[in-house]
Amino acid sequence: MTRAVQTRRIHAGAWWLWALALGTAATRTTNPILLLLIAAVAGYVTIACRSEAPWARSYGTFLRLAAAVLVIRVLFHALLGGVTGPTILVDLPEVPLPDWAAGIRLGGPISAEGLLNAAYDGLRLGVLLLCVGAANSLADPRRLLQSLPGALYEVSVAVVVALTTAPQLVVSAGRIRRARQLRGHTVHGLRRLTSLLVPVIEDAIERSLAMAATMDSRGYGRAGTRSRRLRLVTSVCVVGGLGALALGSYGVLDTTASDAFGLPVMLAGGVLGVVGLVLGSQRVTRTHYRPDHWGLVESVIAASGAASLVGVLVAERTGAGDLIPDFAPITVPELPVPAAIGVLVALVPLFVARVPVAPTPVSVAREVTA
Amino acid sequence: MIRFDHVSVRYDGAEHPTLHDIDLTVDEGELCVVVGATGSGKTTMLRSVNGLVPHFSGGTLTGRVLVDGRSTADHHPRDLADVVGFVVQDPKSGFVAGTVEDELAFSMESLGIEPATMRRRVEETLDLLGLEPLRGRDVGTLSGGEAQRTAIGAALTAAPRILVLDEPTSALDPGAAEDVLAAIHRLVHDLGVTVLMAEHRLERVVSFADRVALLADGVVRVGAPAEVLADSPLAPPVVELGRLAGWDPLPVDIRSARRVASDLRDRVEPAPPPADQPSDDVALAAENIVVVHGSTPAVRGVSMTIRSGERVALMGRNGSGKSSLLWAVQGTGRRDDGEVVVLGRDPATLPAAQRRRIVGLVPQEPEDLLYHPTVGEECAQGDLDAGAALGTCRQILDRLVDDVPDDRHPRDLSEGQRLSLVLAITLSAAPPVVLLDEPTRGLDQVAKDHLVAVLGELADEGHSVVVATHDVEFVARFANRVVVLAGGDVVSDGPARDVIGSSPMFAPQVAKILAPVCALTVDDVRERLR
Repeated sequence: MTRAVQTRRIHAGAWWLWALALGTAATRTTNPILLLLIAAVAGYVTIACRSEAPWARSYGTFLRLAAAVLVIRVLFHALLGGVTGPTILVDLPEVPLPDWAAGIRLGGPISAEGLLNAAYDGLRLGVLLLCVGAANSLADPRRLLQSLPGALYEVSVAVVVALTTAPQLVVSAGRIRRARQLRGHTVHGLRRLTSLLVPVIEDAIERSLAMAATMDSRGYGRAGTRSRRLRLVTSVCVVGGLGALALGSYGVLDTTASDAFGLPVMLAGGVLGVVGLVLGSQRVTRTHYRPDHWGLVESVIAASGAASLVGVLVAERTGAGDLIPDFAPITVPELPVPAAIGVLVALVPLFVARVPVAPTPVSVAREVTA
Repeated sequence: MIRFDHVSVRYDGAEHPTLHDIDLTVDEGELCVVVGATGSGKTTMLRSVNGLVPHFSGGTLTGRVLVDGRSTADHHPRDLADVVGFVVQDPKSGFVAGTVEDELAFSMESLGIEPATMRRRVEETLDLLGLEPLRGRDVGTLSGGEAQRTAIGAALTAAPRILVLDEPTSALDPGAAEDVLAAIHRLVHDLGVTVLMAEHRLERVVSFADRVALLADGVVRVGAPAEVLADSPLAPPVVELGRLAGWDPLPVDIRSARRVASDLRDRVEPAPPPADQPSDDVALAAENIVVVHGSTPAVRGVSMTIRSGERVALMGRNGSGKSSLLWAVQGTGRRDDGEVVVLGRDPATLPAAQRRRIVGLVPQEPEDLLYHPTVGEECAQGDLDAGAALGTCRQILDRLVDDVPDDRHPRDLSEGQRLSLVLAITLSAAPPVVLLDEPTRGLDQVAKDHLVAVLGELADEGHSVVVATHDVEFVARFANRVVVLAGGDVVSDGPARDVIGSSPMFAPQVAKILAPVCALTVDDVRERLR
């Protein structure tokens, strides 16, 4: 089998669509075999297709986070109970709770069914996190923001700046905490907290002012040729559209609302929003450095992700296999074949979006350790 | 190219104007260095070039500032971004994008430059400033010199004809500063960019300057470097040596000074043996200190003994382990192996309040220690923290620096005053050993002279003073012992005269001019003149 090697950078949006589709598929099942399949597909594609960029290393963090979620979910079940079944494994001593805490239990019997249920549920959440992690390490979220339409440029820069500076706040808090020890620990309680917060906030404000001065000097926010009226119309369209979208989606999700409310309002909101963005993007004098292009490869990646979701939906409709396995009695859940096929289709990026392996010894070493 | 036409600036509520009737023309392709003490209005002057003063800062500007024919009165900074590239004092605080490459492109995107042109200019700038190896790096992980070059590059890609730099080398070690200055030199000579730059470290920049603008109390004096510096209170050692020797014309760089210095070399007596032998009592003994950050060792098994009254300078590149070593020795910072003994105890095993009574540390950002709204409250808290008698801290502060009112906010103090306040807080616990991490950052020459005197007095009283710094001229005047670190190891340790006198990177100007005669400072030469 020949594997195409991708030399240009894939559009960040394609990776996010791919990963979010896989994640959505994961939320619709608790079948551990299917979930592990999704995790394996997402993980394999991530490791094969990620670049050497700094954000690409974040996958390990998400892996640890997912494992922690699974463990915590099972531990909480063991302690607090929930779904139970006939197969009791251990009977922990139960802590008596007052009447107002009815429905909450501390300790008590732990059943195999309950544990499995908690484990499946934790796994589902963990796999969803892994999908987000995959998107995060395949494409810099900042690049995704940069692909937003021109009308949202100012907002997207603000978010990018926040993403860049938030970690610095943590660093400065750590630095100040350490420096404070040089004075000894004579202040306690609330005053100690303010004594830490004041310099951190002062630091942040000074940093923001410096940042604002630099950005101003670098031409950020040049008005361009847009007239004040056009800008006003744009803002009204975008804000109004977003509001209508939110209202409409409530209508769609709320089964008691009339059908005439939900969908039409949502559609109107969408149209209004698009009009606003198109209007706003016109006559913007800004250009974009090395933008990501959406081409055939991107469409294929996004479609392959969507295939997994379609597979799960088909399995849902046809009832093939166990999407939501039950526990009476405990059996090995059956794999929903259409869903599994759909998830396997999501491996397609391996054939279209592989990052070339540079023939330097450093990269080879990294490949091996990865 | 830049024209100041009777410019005065007064900030709201200020008693005196910050700039007073400035008249200055900087021609195309000229490199003009603005010199002045802290608070003399250097930053205000630089910021008025692209309109940050008064559009961003507030205050009132009278007169006219013209850049490339455009007046800042009706052009905002963002509208001048295509003419003036502005590089702030702390470049890291101004980074907007994630990677070096995107950072370089930011201004061009705002200016709406064609994508093909953008791509070409980014590549050219990467080559011009030697940033190619850093292209994909996260801007947060850059070293000081790399960050400064990236910031210059980011200003350059918009192809401005004027570059304004606020203290580009103040925070850099000598090697990184030379890289940055070489880049600026290249811009001026090869590309004809007009540069206006402020800098405290005169010894580094004056030799590059076509003209010097000396600011004092808001009034400017402009002229050729030799002419302006001849009777300026602020002058690099080479100029002070020239004044002492009566050289005319006054040389401002090492090369021309050496050519006229042969006579002076003959007149200097051989160095007397060091008069101030340190006492024999050991104040601090550190054995095999190891500090590891993540997987990189920052300090690899350093051992050193410091005697009472010793004045030690800890030198080395940025990132050579100076800070890590100081923090590890003080006991608050990370220490992975090794032992420190001060007064028979290891500070790391003591609670924080007792630790500072045997070893005091003034960190690199002294303002991290401060959190009260006034100097008075800060001092009172200092007494409380140290368990000292009320008023101790204030008394020490008055000895260190004149004229710091009790009701002033610590953030409104000058860098030198703030450093003194933190030093006073540290000293109120009366530690026998005092460590300072890069105290000369942002200090002007006057404040630095003062710091040399203060630290000298402390040492004479029996304190051991250890200063981590890469300020060569400061070390020449302060230290009697120099320890050089590289990659976490001690590479040399000995009397200042032996260690920095012969080093190509760390030798002070006087030593370079008078070699092979060994002298480090102008005062040293004055005493030994025949």
